Amino acid sequence: MSQESSHYYVPAPSLWPIVGSSALFFLGFGAALTMNKMELGYGMLAVGFAILIYMMFGWFGEVAKESEAGEYNGSVDTSFRWGMGWFILTEVMFFCAFFGALFYMRVFSIPWLADAEHDLLWPAFNAATSAWPTAGPGIADDFVEMGAWGLPAINTALLLTSGVTLTIAHHALRAGDRAKTITWMIATVALGVIFLACQIYEYGHAYEDLNLKMTSGAYGSTFFMLTGFHGFHVCVGAIMLTVITFRLKAGHFTADKHFGFEGVAWYWHFVDVVWLGLFVFVYLM
Amino acid sequence: MAAVQDHGHGHGHDDHHPTGIMRWVTTTNHKDIGSMYLWFSLTMFFIGGTLAMGIRAELYQPGIQILEPELFNQFTTLHGLIMVFGAIMPAFVGLANWQVPMMIGAPDMAFARMNNWSFWLLPVAGSLLIVSFFVPGGAAAGGWTFYPPLSVQGGLGVDLMIFAIHILGASSIMGSINIITTILNMRAPGLTLMKMPMFVWTWLITAYLLVLVMPVLAGVVTMLLTDRHFGTSFFNAAGGGDPVLFQHIFWFFGHPEVYIMILPAFGIVSEIIPTFARKPLFGYSSMVYATASIAILSCFVWAHHMFTAGMPVTGQLFFMYATMLIAVPTAVKVFNWTATMWRGSMTFETPMLFSIGFIFLFVIGGFSGVICAIVPIDIQVQDTYYVIAHFHYVLVSGALFALFAAAYYWLPKWTGNMYSETLGKWHFWLSMFFFNATFFVQHFLGLAGMPRRIPDYALQFADFNKISSIGAFGFGLTQVLFLYIVISCIRSGEKAPEKPWDGATTLEWTHLPTPAPYHSFETPPVIK
Ligand code: HEM
Ligand SMILES: [Cu+2]
Repeated sequence: MSQESSHYYVPAPSLWPIVGSSALFFLGFGAALTMNKMELGYGMLAVGFAILIYMMFGWFGEVAKESEAGEYNGSVDTSFRWGMGWFILTEVMFFCAFFGALFYMRVFSIPWLADAEHDLLWPAFNAATSAWPTAGPGIADDFVEMGAWGLPAINTALLLTSGVTLTIAHHALRAGDRAKTITWMIATVALGVIFLACQIYEYGHAYEDLNLKMTSGAYGSTFFMLTGFHGFHVCVGAIMLTVITFRLKAGHFTADKHFGFEGVAWYWHFVDVVWLGLFVFVYLM
Repeated sequence: MAAVQDHGHGHGHDDHHPTGIMRWVTTTNHKDIGSMYLWFSLTMFFIGGTLAMGIRAELYQPGIQILEPELFNQFTTLHGLIMVFGAIMPAFVGLANWQVPMMIGAPDMAFARMNNWSFWLLPVAGSLLIVSFFVPGGAAAGGWTFYPPLSVQGGLGVDLMIFAIHILGASSIMGSINIITTILNMRAPGLTLMKMPMFVWTWLITAYLLVLVMPVLAGVVTMLLTDRHFGTSFFNAAGGGDPVLFQHIFWFFGHPEVYIMILPAFGIVSEIIPTFARKPLFGYSSMVYATASIAILSCFVWAHHMFTAGMPVTGQLFFMYATMLIAVPTAVKVFNWTATMWRGSMTFETPMLFSIGFIFLFVIGGFSGVICAIVPIDIQVQDTYYVIAHFHYVLVSGALFALFAAAYYWLPKWTGNMYSETLGKWHFWLSMFFFNATFFVQHFLGLAGMPRRIPDYALQFADFNKISSIGAFGFGLTQVLFLYIVISCIRSGEKAPEKPWDGATTLEWTHLPTPAPYHSFETPPVIK
């Protein structure tokens, strides 16, 4: 047989899962207590995050080590592919819930609230005053909508470009050109970070200048939750890309075996596609 | 060629794995993890069961005797959540852990370490739920479906529930990705998809449903959280949102969820009936297609839970017909099980008794489901005990009975010991009797208009409620017998023969010794 292990690698007993569970124990209680303004919560949250980060370093470090030691044969590789694919599907479905909420409010609940039957409830809320974007009938705080063609358009360009640079990096890796791969990876991460910076600026702008907040009814809720979760995913994706870049520097991955790279690339493209959905349905329409 | 490499560098196995408690904490073995799932689920079953006893004790007679209304509501809420997420779902995942690798000839699950994490998240979530009883304001009290505005108004208990659901969701998602990948990637050579045992098929399809809908549940509880604490207006009409939106998203998860709890049960019954009828499963491929169509249809029927919540008539009609359509593939299954038994040489050991009980009672639940699906009737029975009766017929005498059947069927393989057939039969007949005593009368209560989730009721409902409560206490006690049977099987059961069920044809019975060794199928069997 070749170098590749003929066995399906089954890892040895491991402490990392229980470390992860204790992290979630602290995070779960910590978050619940924090949200109810109980002192104990903050400390628990901090401990939870610390353990979680420790676990990620340890667990993923171990996976990288096993992978470099050649423990993962083709069959394990296939498992990772299936696993990552289905994981991304779950992420898609998570976003679907929020897009669904946006759709429902715009197509159903807001027109219903504005129709003749609801005249008694909120007489001032009618076809004209309920036009999107709206904070709904009962929230008086006025806000200005976020335009699509300023920063968001630039952000779109940034993310799309990052998809291209990542693909260039991938081609370079397949061609065995490590230095070129790393350069283009750094470009990709940089684009991601600039995107995040723009997003943070945009939030500041929304709160400061537009009076657009989480509390701005239907528009504010969907705007901040959708862009917020997307931004969080960009953040996670950028961190993963950074890790991959360091692994490339450390000599990990080969021209024909680098699923760690590909998995993260899939994830990044997924984040890209979600952004396109956001750009169209949140900013443009 | 050995097909499994263990502990890094292939120097054997079962050598240096930790012992004692650390074995269970760190294990990556699918059998260990399966056992932990099953014990966890049994524990939660008794906790959820205790809550149910509290509910039935309060409802034993009209008036408020034991539980103040606030506490009563916490009991019904946590009973539902614990049974659904803590008892039934983990039990099926535990079975998948034990059985899927053995039934497809794989050395272990595809992601053995993550498998451990999927399990060890459950006690964390369980403790969030249970602790919530003791925090200021008590546990969540808005029902297991936690509709706003009630769930927006609740206190810390609701937040604990939300985070528990997030963690349970993460566990389920990891578990189902693991199961899908194992089934798609690790079957023994020659075991094509259309040769897989039905249990494996049903779990494959269930796992698809899980990855589709669990994230949606995570999304909706997140919206609930931000509505509660960050001022968003998803479920607040003043902000342009709608409490009914919650119901739509919740049931988009919730209806597939009920099939998540029944499809693996279909799989179990499809293994057991052929074994004890000593005939191959009738209509194997139609079973596969029926399972798949149920799963697909189940994503388009959710609003049948909301017929009285306000919906355009077109919506009501669509969801009514779509729901009734599900009865067709379901009936295909019932037909096939019956046809499998037709002229078989049947024997009636405990697993078979539970399976036949399953078919009989599940069909009753299916019929009451179709009745609920008819809009004009549902407007009468919505939120009454009729619905309670319906879903306990499909979940208790459906999912739970199938779980009991599975436990009796596979205990010899897992432990190497036989359970007591006499006690098993007692367990079945007592369960059968008390189950019907508890829930059949609830159909009448519901039709007569008794609302669910209320601790007190009008005098005319008293007699049926008394019967139902007595039945419930009997059912609860009977389950202690099950615990006894399992423990005495493990401790002191008679040694099981290599193949206690002569009609069994799946790999774990034909290719592995009894009890199954700690590591199985290190070399995959070749399937012709
Ligand atoms: C022929 C198949 C079925 C049909 C047509 C059906 C139909 C329905 C309908 C229309 C309702 C709503 C009743 C109402 O709230 O007014 C309902 C409730 C319910 N069904 Fe089914 N059902 C079927 C099978 C199942 C199965 C297999 C399960 C689970 C294993 C299940 C579990 C439930 C649960 C848990 C509820 C109540 C949820 C709640 O309100 O708390 N059903 N069903
Ligand atoms: Cu349903």
